[in-house]
Amino acid sequence: MTQGGSPYAAMKLRVPGEPELPSKVPPNEKPRRGALWAWIVFGLGFLYFFLPLIATIEFSLGHPTGPVGAEPSLQYYENVLIDPRSEFFPRLFFSFLIAIATIILSIAIIVPTAYWVRLRLPRLRPIVEFVTLMPFVIPPVVAVFGLIRTFSGPPFPLMNTTIGSNVVLVGAYTILSFPYMYRAVDTGLRAIDIRSLTEAAQSLGAGWPRIIVGVIFPNIRVALLSGAFLTLAIVIGEYTMASFLGSKTFGPYLSLLGQNRAFEPAGVSIISFGLTWIAMGAIQFIGRGGERIQVGGAR
Amino acid sequence: MPDVAGHGLKRGVRSARPASRRLPVAWLGVTPFFIFTLLFMLLPASFLVVGSFLDRDGQPTLQNYADLTTPIVANAYANSIEISAVTAIGGGLFGFLLAASVILGGLPPFMRNALMTFSGVASNFAGVPLALAFIYTLGNLGFLTAFINNTFATDIGQAGFSLYSKAGLEIVYMYFQFPLMVLIIAPALDGLKRDWREAAENMGATGFQYWRYVAFPILLPSLMGAVILLFGNAFGAQATAFQLTGGTIPIASIVIGAQIRGDVLHNIGLGFAMAMGMVAIMAMAISGYSLLQRRSERWLK
Amino acid sequence: MPFLTLTGVQKLFGAFTAVEDFNLEAEKGEFVSFLGPSGCGKTTTLRMIAGFELPTGGTIVVNGVDVTHRPPNQRNVGMVFQSYALFPNMSVADNIGFGLKVRKRPKSQVEKRVQELLELIHLEDRGNRYPYQLSGGQQQRVALARALAIEPQVLLLDEPLSALDAKIRLILRTEIRAIQRQLGITTVYVTHDQEEALSLSDRVVVMSEGRIEQIGTPFEIYNFPATAFVASFVGTLNLVAAGVIDAGSGRLSLAGQEVRTTKAVTEGGMDGRVTLAVRPEGISLGEGPEGSNRLRGTIEDINFLGSIVRLRLRLGDSNGTGLTLGETGTTISLDTFNEPHLTVPPVGELVTVWFPQEACFVLGSAREGAAAAAELVTEV
Repeated sequence: MTQGGSPYAAMKLRVPGEPELPSKVPPNEKPRRGALWAWIVFGLGFLYFFLPLIATIEFSLGHPTGPVGAEPSLQYYENVLIDPRSEFFPRLFFSFLIAIATIILSIAIIVPTAYWVRLRLPRLRPIVEFVTLMPFVIPPVVAVFGLIRTFSGPPFPLMNTTIGSNVVLVGAYTILSFPYMYRAVDTGLRAIDIRSLTEAAQSLGAGWPRIIVGVIFPNIRVALLSGAFLTLAIVIGEYTMASFLGSKTFGPYLSLLGQNRAFEPAGVSIISFGLTWIAMGAIQFIGRGGERIQVGGAR
Repeated sequence: MPDVAGHGLKRGVRSARPASRRLPVAWLGVTPFFIFTLLFMLLPASFLVVGSFLDRDGQPTLQNYADLTTPIVANAYANSIEISAVTAIGGGLFGFLLAASVILGGLPPFMRNALMTFSGVASNFAGVPLALAFIYTLGNLGFLTAFINNTFATDIGQAGFSLYSKAGLEIVYMYFQFPLMVLIIAPALDGLKRDWREAAENMGATGFQYWRYVAFPILLPSLMGAVILLFGNAFGAQATAFQLTGGTIPIASIVIGAQIRGDVLHNIGLGFAMAMGMVAIMAMAISGYSLLQRRSERWLK
Repeated sequence: MPFLTLTGVQKLFGAFTAVEDFNLEAEKGEFVSFLGPSGCGKTTTLRMIAGFELPTGGTIVVNGVDVTHRPPNQRNVGMVFQSYALFPNMSVADNIGFGLKVRKRPKSQVEKRVQELLELIHLEDRGNRYPYQLSGGQQQRVALARALAIEPQVLLLDEPLSALDAKIRLILRTEIRAIQRQLGITTVYVTHDQEEALSLSDRVVVMSEGRIEQIGTPFEIYNFPATAFVASFVGTLNLVAAGVIDAGSGRLSLAGQEVRTTKAVTEGGMDGRVTLAVRPEGISLGEGPEGSNRLRGTIEDINFLGSIVRLRLRLGDSNGTGLTLGETGTTISLDTFNEPHLTVPPVGELVTVWFPQEACFVLGSAREGAAAAAELVTEV
């Protein structure tokens, strides 16, 4: 998903808690029917975006309009999903595991950081934000280059083992998730008054670990979920780093399938696209419901 | 809002504790972040940086950077720059029109939401699935290819069109460039106050004059910033190109990838230097974008 | 011959009527205000004159030309927006000269005109500044200059001062009026601030819910309000319920005391009760000359408002005699000028106040008057 490269775009998605810019389209006098050029442009855009999807769906059904002219068939979906030899589920599952590990690690690092920066160390904010900007400056192919060189020898020869290289992968993905996770968590923290909550907890005798885990975490659940889903989407679709690190994740699987088979990759693409929509939809859904909860709780 | 960060005593709770005792906790709390960043970001980065200044024997040298002009590398960079520039400008143009169509063109409001949501998703569709999708559409046996050939009795392959060329790659890249442009420029278009248009009309300006003297100048920083970001976006892309062309079209990211797999440049230092070159270009893109973004916010907020 | 004529102008937004049957004839050089609460249609009407809204019915004629359906960029009316709407990418000078540049005037002519206007608004040395570098008041002046640069036939101002602080508002108000007089431009000024409207205008159009309530000079509007709305919107007003003793001769009973108006009571409430209106400045302490209306009441509160002292009176004596059974005491306010040797009776004292018969009038049935009283913001 972000392999080809639009991490910037994901940054533009609205994080729960961020105020939504209202559409300032002037009321009343704008012609409801819409200008001709607008319809043409939108139509062209629609065509451009949907033709490839339609082509993919068509191919996933066996390319019935092609020269062979076979009946549309779900056979290729079956091959991928039902055939026990298919690696679809093992790979997807493994990607899922990697994603979970990444999410946990990312949350564990980002939440305290965002908390302390906000509460006690505001001068560190520019530095932290600069660091979270790095994944945009260092493309995945360059990052993985550096990671392989770093971990191929002492003091951390992680690349020598499968587990080791998967550890590197999780580490890399965690860094990749920082921009989104930090932004989500920071927005979530901004919406609740962490200073008062902290002081209240302290006056009741709580120590720092308990404050962070018991007071802060529950109140930024929505932000965490949103960051988690975005990370999930990114990790499952990622190809470049996984491929170079030799990990058996979903991205390289799809690539290999694309090189070896004619129609199955189309089906997997459609499934993968569907999964993205679900993840994004979950983010929107959580965001909508969450905002109300957040605001209510903070009062 | 004044922060308590180590500045003396907090009211109420714990007023007896001296300030110096409290600092360590916060610093302890952010340590994991910095350690992690060090390990997985700074260290690898420094390997690349340092390595780019070493020759095959491990001696310091600037030769690697000079070698960036060798045919293989220069060609790769040239291709990357060309593809990135074309898709940045083309993507910027059509992306702008697309955003303008739903924001200023008077289309039904649901279309705006649909476009924004889709843009958020489409920009993540990049990579392997995208390449595959276009192979299915415009490849030799593609859906659209067949349709065009059958309908117009042509053979576009014979006529010279190939998806697996620079032009084909550019067409594919647009799939994530358009949405990115839409997402970036939409807030700027929203920021165009209705009042300005009315004031301009009131002064006697036609629609064209309004755009020429007021709207475009105001939007220019945003537009430029967005195009620069699009450039960086395309420059760093690897997966899509690799899946589509198998590496047959040398672009910077693919050459670096090949270098990772095997020493195709016959000089690992050169590979590092290439990587650094890429980072430099991306850094300039990001800074350019941030700068122009700040500038545009001054007028549009 | 009137310079600006609106005839039967109407604006509908779907099922909602924003403006209904708007008729106005303004002479050249006249300063007309549209006054009314938010949502009354004053801005919509202004925008129709400017051309940003298309009337659903009626015509607009400027200097003999029917401009009803002309696009806004062909009308040559200058508009000053509430939010200034200065082009942020242009300097002050470029903003002011924009209209002339669009008309393709030669550069030297544009420069000269811009300089003239900069002097007019007293910002000669700020020509190169950008809008974000100016204060609100300065930006508004630039907006005014920009509208005037094209020598418009009509000048339109949409609540231009509402975003500024009170002091600046006063200064700018006078400046705007002075410039307008000097240039002799027909002007329409939209505001919800009645003090602005009264002090600036040759005539005021009071609007409510899309309709014109009254058109008149400030003096007329204030002293002879035609409807309950105008009476309660402009200035402060005492509104009290009164019973009708004899409609023909205009005799009413108020808190057990008799009061006479100069006009026969034509408005009749269904319950025989009407609303009597009288301005606080029309009431004075004391007995007054023979034939005046007199009321007795207890002083409840004394408010020192600077140049004016406002007394609040509860009608009837402190024991409640003189009130009909079930009636709680009605309060009225009276204003008197503050003077160094002013003596007012203390709170709690029973006093007599008087007002001439011409100073009071009936607003209509008690029910309508109650609605008007509920809307208005008085300091009773």
